Amino acid sequence: MSLAREKAGPIYRTVREVRGPLLVVEGVKGVRYNELVEVKLADGTEIIGTVLDVYEDRAVVQVFGQTEGLSLDTAVRFTGDVMRIPLSEDLVGRIFSGSFRPLDGLPEPIGYERREIFVSVINPAAREPPSEFMQTGISVIDGMNALVRGQKLPIFSEAGLPHNVMAAQIARQSTVLGSEEEFAVVFCAMGIKHEEYEYFRREFERTGALDRAVMILNLADDPIIERIIAPRIALTIAEYLAFDLDMHVLAILTDMTGYCEALRSISIAREEVPARKGYPGYMYSDLASIYERAGKIKGKKGSITMMPILTMPGGDITHPIPDLTGYITEGQLILSRELHGKGIYPPVNPLPSLSRLMKDGVGPGRTREDHMEVANQLYMAYAEGVRARDLARIIGELSLSDRERRYLRFAEEFERRFINQGIYENRPIERTLEIAWELLAMLPEDELVRISEENIRKYHPKYRSA
Amino acid sequence: MSQQVGVIKRINGSLVVAEGLRGARTGDAVYIGELKLIGEVVRISGDLVALQCYEDTSGLRPGEPVIGTGAPLMAELGPGLIGEIFDGLERSEIELWKLTGPFIRRGVRLAPLRRDRRWRFEPRAKPGDEVEEGDVIGVVQESSVVEHRILVPVGLQGVIESIEEGSFTVDDTVAVLVTPDGGRVPLKLIQYWPVRVPRPYRERVPIDRPLITGQRVIDTFFPVAKGGTAAIPGGFGSGKTITLQQIAKWSDADIVIYVGCGERGNEMADILTHFPELEDPRTGKKLIERAIFIANVSNLPVAAREASVYMGVTIAEYFRDQGYDVAVIIDSTSRWAEALRDISGRLEEIPAEEGYPAYLGERIAELYERAGRVVTLGRDKRIGSVTIMGAVSPPGGDFSEPVTSTTMRFVGALWALDTELAYRRHFPAINWLRSFTRYVEVLEEFWVKLDPQWKTYRERALAILEEASRLEEIARVIGEKALPNDQRLILLTAEIIREGFLVQNAYHKVDTYCPPERQVKLLKVMIGFHDLASELVKLGVPVDRIRSLRSVMELLRLKEKEGLEEMDAAYERVREDLERLRMEYEAAGVMRGT
Repeated sequence: MSLAREKAGPIYRTVREVRGPLLVVEGVKGVRYNELVEVKLADGTEIIGTVLDVYEDRAVVQVFGQTEGLSLDTAVRFTGDVMRIPLSEDLVGRIFSGSFRPLDGLPEPIGYERREIFVSVINPAAREPPSEFMQTGISVIDGMNALVRGQKLPIFSEAGLPHNVMAAQIARQSTVLGSEEEFAVVFCAMGIKHEEYEYFRREFERTGALDRAVMILNLADDPIIERIIAPRIALTIAEYLAFDLDMHVLAILTDMTGYCEALRSISIAREEVPARKGYPGYMYSDLASIYERAGKIKGKKGSITMMPILTMPGGDITHPIPDLTGYITEGQLILSRELHGKGIYPPVNPLPSLSRLMKDGVGPGRTREDHMEVANQLYMAYAEGVRARDLARIIGELSLSDRERRYLRFAEEFERRFINQGIYENRPIERTLEIAWELLAMLPEDELVRISEENIRKYHPKYRSA
Repeated sequence: MSQQVGVIKRINGSLVVAEGLRGARTGDAVYIGELKLIGEVVRISGDLVALQCYEDTSGLRPGEPVIGTGAPLMAELGPGLIGEIFDGLERSEIELWKLTGPFIRRGVRLAPLRRDRRWRFEPRAKPGDEVEEGDVIGVVQESSVVEHRILVPVGLQGVIESIEEGSFTVDDTVAVLVTPDGGRVPLKLIQYWPVRVPRPYRERVPIDRPLITGQRVIDTFFPVAKGGTAAIPGGFGSGKTITLQQIAKWSDADIVIYVGCGERGNEMADILTHFPELEDPRTGKKLIERAIFIANVSNLPVAAREASVYMGVTIAEYFRDQGYDVAVIIDSTSRWAEALRDISGRLEEIPAEEGYPAYLGERIAELYERAGRVVTLGRDKRIGSVTIMGAVSPPGGDFSEPVTSTTMRFVGALWALDTELAYRRHFPAINWLRSFTRYVEVLEEFWVKLDPQWKTYRERALAILEEASRLEEIARVIGEKALPNDQRLILLTAEIIREGFLVQNAYHKVDTYCPPERQVKLLKVMIGFHDLASELVKLGVPVDRIRSLRSVMELLRLKEKEGLEEMDAAYERVREDLERLRMEYEAAGVMRGT
């Protein structure tokens, strides 16, 4: 198997206990914490695992792979090394399973070096703060929640919303203004359905992105425990492409909810004290060890931009999965069932959405001087409009003040013209800002308090046409 | 230091159990395994010693050695701290980067203070002087704003036998002290202190001056005092980090220590990149010359987060003892509490609420108790302070969870962040109804010097804001139009205070920092407007007429003006406009014969 170093160790047949994905092996010698373990089931199936706890001659092994068929007859070999994968540029264009088996019919990859997949921490002092605006061609993102290279920006979605369509559109259209550089997509599927995967594959194929992509797949019917290693394999490859081969990598991780469920089932098998909703107390740190692998490094050309997708259980943003994710990632894009119901695509609700790094990527010399101010004004005006809409539901539109009615109209137009766009529509940032100004012109000039007077003079349609 | 040697029996995440570390005490630092990973003794039972390892334990195996140092985890204190960026164990991340490349490696031992750097030492004592613990024997100009005072270490006294001026490394002897029992002790620029033990002082003194942050909602409405404590809880996306960064940049402390505890790497990178460019509005010097960073980001080992907080506070106390006002900012104490939970869980302690250990409250209280304004040791009776401001990250934004609710009990000021405000891009998103401060009375004296009416303005503004939020509830049901005029005026004034005072743009060159004089003036203008406008409303002038005055809407942008005269002028324009409106209505009233 490609994850193990070619080195023989003794085979133990001393499994004393099987508990979910955990095996307790006794009489072992010199076992290292977190080392890679090869496990052979009675029927000959080979799977892998790692050491979770070692106490003198007793080791607890967590297996990745099918947990049916584990028995006291299981044979276990400790490899003496942590889990590693071989790395080379040949990985680009390949498709692997969650435990790094080739799924494309091609041979096992050979690399220049084997790098461990679990532990990788960029020194904070060596990080380059992300500051290059990445144009996605989607107005509600570019205009109000701009993405920058090296950022981690998740999509918080719900079952049945078009997050995959959106992620594919972003992968297709993402460009950095004024640059032609090496680009790759690392795609990691955790528990998504076959048809969702097929959609991504078709989209990537159609646009030629497949040749620039590495896919790590753990689909809905694959072993759930493999989801623990799948994103780490994906990100180890991403790091290699970005920081060894100078490529700009977009890593799409979908669905993080599938990942967290795997984490929970291991925690429960280990009988740990849960924090919230049965999820383990270390989930924040565990998620951080994944999300924090995005970024840029001083003196290196490449970057990893990360777009994790998660479906909020029951649409609840306070659920531990979106909650802990939001504390680690640099913002979030939140999809709204209400907008989707109105036929608005992409149904991104700008009010709770946020890109923390936008301020560093936009403005004079990057996009345009009025960009940030326009974004803030759009937020404020749309929030007013939504409030007026709520009020109209109670007291009727006729009872609204003129001001409230104006904001209500603004909100409707904003959704219809600014947020809404085609799946294949790629709007340059200039066009996005132009639409924004056309909408802001619906409001009295006095109320554009978030925009400086100079910028109003320069960009307000009233002064431009004059 | 006596060395003890033991053998690893068990490894479970950051918990390592060893056998045979005879004489080990809890809190002792240890080196674990062949890689010599740094750890600490957390529990002893019989021959078995439980260790918390501060680095990733992958690859360790039973049978590897453990070396006990016989001493607790120490902070190195001395010249070279300013401008540094350390990990939770006081290793310079810049040096680590040079040493091992952009990714963190394990088992790297690195002296916190650079040994190759020489400092210009100027004695302040001379041979024959009698000195005691805390006395200043000399100074090193560490940065253009920080004079590093070299103190007689705690527990020492005697007569200076010799002292030398010159250029020294931290390890060189700069003076020799003869103790009462005749021993000769070399004094160096460096000293050590166990991070978990509060440094001693002579006595606490009342706190009576504000920590000015230049953030209006904090300084005017919910101030914190130098030597006080504050917590800033908020769900994600409520602008917690930006608010803390603003405080770090602009607060008028002599030294600022920023502890990034389990937070984002890119945010630390952002601070580290931008701080060196920023200038202090008071001194014109670079802010980096008074700042120290501890960046124990979220994907570094959890256990080290626990140590990082104490490391930051210990360094703060060391500068306090030199007679400085120090501000410590911890982002976030929730991640620190999670580290406590993690190790507690691995020790199989019985959990209290949500898996946190039962001693969580005790630890939080102990941490905040290390804040204070004190007379330091040393005969010149210097006064120094440590102010602790901690972010709290409540899961799901729920303030009733254990860390938030416990913290609220122990702090003097609470800046409650509100996601709703953040959605409306109202920053800093500090909710004026849920926040509190216990420092208004002690700080009154400071503000009254700027304007005798300060307390009245403040109270009236808060009352207007509170009344407005009540009226908004009603307006949400019946519509604003249906409210009587005097109530609509309250809504208008509240809007002016919210937009023109509370909202502060961190990225606007003038607005980012608002000095106290301007804060008072701005508030005075707004309250003044309300009084004038109330008169008009009594005469029957509709609020819509007042709102449509250009000079009134200008109040919203007054915060962007630098000069106090401009504020007076703006107030004058409002007064004139309202006066004209009043005459118009009085004339109309006369016509109607009322």
